[in-house]
Amino acid sequence: MNLGLSILSLARFQFAMTTVFHFFFVPLSIGLALVVAIMETVYVVKKDVLYKHMAQFWGRIFLLSFAVGVVTGIIQEFQFGMNWSDYSRFMGDIFGAPLAIEALVAFFMESTFIGLWMFGWDRFNAKLHCAFIWLTSIGTMISAMWILAANSFMQNPVGFMINAKTGRAQMTSFSAVIKNPQLWNELPHVLFGAFVTGSFVVAGMAAFALLKGKNVNFFRKSLKVSLIVGLVATIGVVAVGDVQTRYIIKEQPMKFAATEGLYKDSGSPAAWSVVSSMDTKNHKTNWSIEVPYVLDILSYHKLSGNVKGQNTLNKEFHAKYDKKFGKNMNYYVPTKTLFWSFRVMTIAGGLFALIAIIGLFFNRAGTNLILSQRWFLWVLGICTFLPFAANTAGWLITELGRYPWVVYGLLTIADAVSPNVSVASLLISNIVYFCVFSGLGVVMIVLSRRALHHGPDDLLQATDDAPYDPYGKGAFSHE
Amino acid sequence: MSNLQLLWFILVGVLFSGFFFLEGFDFGVGMTIKSLAQTRAERDVVIHTIGPHWDANEVWLITAGGAMFASFPMWYATLFSGFYLILLLILVALIMRGVSFEFRSRMESDAGRNFWEWAAALGSFFAAFLFGMMFTAMVKGMPINAHGDMTAHFTDYVNLFSIVGGVAVTLLCYLHGLNFIRLKTTGTLRTRALQWAKPLYWVLFAGEVVFAILLYFNTDFFAKKPISTLILVVALVVLTCLATWGVYGNHEWLSFISSGLSLIDVVVLLFNGLFPRVMVANNAVNSILIKDASNSPYTLHLMTVIALSVLPIMLVYFIWSYWVFYKRLAS
Repeated sequence: MNLGLSILSLARFQFAMTTVFHFFFVPLSIGLALVVAIMETVYVVKKDVLYKHMAQFWGRIFLLSFAVGVVTGIIQEFQFGMNWSDYSRFMGDIFGAPLAIEALVAFFMESTFIGLWMFGWDRFNAKLHCAFIWLTSIGTMISAMWILAANSFMQNPVGFMINAKTGRAQMTSFSAVIKNPQLWNELPHVLFGAFVTGSFVVAGMAAFALLKGKNVNFFRKSLKVSLIVGLVATIGVVAVGDVQTRYIIKEQPMKFAATEGLYKDSGSPAAWSVVSSMDTKNHKTNWSIEVPYVLDILSYHKLSGNVKGQNTLNKEFHAKYDKKFGKNMNYYVPTKTLFWSFRVMTIAGGLFALIAIIGLFFNRAGTNLILSQRWFLWVLGICTFLPFAANTAGWLITELGRYPWVVYGLLTIADAVSPNVSVASLLISNIVYFCVFSGLGVVMIVLSRRALHHGPDDLLQATDDAPYDPYGKGAFSHE
Repeated sequence: MSNLQLLWFILVGVLFSGFFFLEGFDFGVGMTIKSLAQTRAERDVVIHTIGPHWDANEVWLITAGGAMFASFPMWYATLFSGFYLILLLILVALIMRGVSFEFRSRMESDAGRNFWEWAAALGSFFAAFLFGMMFTAMVKGMPINAHGDMTAHFTDYVNLFSIVGGVAVTLLCYLHGLNFIRLKTTGTLRTRALQWAKPLYWVLFAGEVVFAILLYFNTDFFAKKPISTLILVVALVVLTCLATWGVYGNHEWLSFISSGLSLIDVVVLLFNGLFPRVMVANNAVNSILIKDASNSPYTLHLMTVIALSVLPIMLVYFIWSYWVFYKRLAS
């Protein structure tokens, strides 16, 4: 069968599709776990039962997200062997370890304690029960650390050697793999991004509920908790994003040049392009609207300095790699995607900070401003979806920016794909995943909306000693 | 073959044993949602028996896959890329059953609940059946070239032997699930599970005999390791006898432990037959050996230290979570 499709392009498409979809639910789960844990902690400290109901209500969204995150995560683990078997052979010595440790340390922790948390409301005292959601939350963060340790090696290989006999990469220092500066630049950004996601989903959904005017007290308090977390997380994500940018300009200058749409060197002082029109075929910038000095501030925290463009870097890469990989390599990365993704991220970051501050101001105790400013509730509601765009944009930059490498400077994407898998198999799996993901995505949205529509009435009206069943209302009883 | 390589071959086997023992009854209970359980209340109860546990049980599979990647990447790469379409179907089955419990509980109409109940039941059935089929086909021998790439055709993995293997694993899981329900419920569900298990155990005996005969003709197990293979086959029959005794004498723990151990016995049988290979090729020179498939001694040593220090802690809270939810559920 020849549809002009190659196993390489299909495998790449599949990796993009499965990772983007999986990463809708990963940051949502990490973020919601934290927000719910904070709500339950407030309940334990203040003994105000409203916060218990809050933890239970937002816990419903968390459980939905967690379920979809878990099942789409299995695809990720299997995918390396299924679609990228030569990558697995080349990298197994280094890549397998963090994956196995992630499962052993983090997955067991989060899955066991989420079970205890979910079914344990009536079985444990409040403090112990609260510890379960914290352990789940910490488990999700540990999980992020290990999988990013694996990803960081692909971005910036350290602590390894190439075995001359087998040609495979081999770990020489586990501590170097763990101390990889890429990891400690990437992890805080991902975690803060996840907290932004969780908190703005709660804030946005609370805003939709406030537009209806039911359970105002419940949703205003939810809004307060989530916006405080959201503001702190936004400041965090921007601050560490800045650190990360200055790291990337040193370690992966091609990726950075593309996020700025630079083909030629910027010269000093460097101006920042707000918008640009790029000619990716002829490798030049047609026109751009520029703000002077800003690129230097971004890159070096100074008012002078040159930023290398992709044309210069391409020449440098050819000089460096031609001996090993041949003259026909193309080192330009997908510039337009990276350029616009970076702007989506930046704008989202600024917007979140602004909205969180306005929201906390309108929502402060003693006024009803939040209810009268309906336009703002709408803006906040739309913000439910914005973190997902920002997260995706971030990963597009990280992953597409490593083109044409699967492991930077060591292995090309073309050499990583499974040689024995047919176009037909890959086409079928792409179609199947597409259908499954579309279905899951729709169900997820419908069920989240429904949970919000019903509101927390069943929780607020329940008597104190009624058992809490996460799977329904008293359909069974314990003997 | 070094000691570390041997240790990790055994550890991967232990993780798959844990997976089949635990997820075995999950799959079984999943299938009972649309068979044994007949009313909505009964379906609520059977789902609740595994509610707090199924996710952690599935982590055994993720860990087994991760451990395989971390210790024998050549095995992981060949197995996963070679059994591409079976694994795709397994993934779909695991996805459907994985979300089904949560989604079902949010449904407001009978049709919605019905849909996710079928997703849970069919997902559990196909996951068990396809895993059984894949592992049976794996030990039979597959077309693998010198680079380690497997290019199997439909009949390489769908044939009489692999189908019988799939059915046997499905049946073992189903009975393991019934035994779990006998332990975890009261009243009619408990007695019905007992009634259903009785005739099924006689079917299982027949299945085991057919499987043993096909094993003799389709693999080199009996030729290469006659004594250990025979012991493990006999052990399987003995464990089934014990489980049957537990059914007819109504000893619930005996049945459950025996059905779990029979699943482990099957894993041990396969790993014992594989040894010292990890993949069996039709052309014997291309079989992938433990000594060639593994990671460097450095990584294996590292993983050994980590696994041995983390596993005990993990087992403590894992087992504790079962103890906490030990109570029986009534409809």
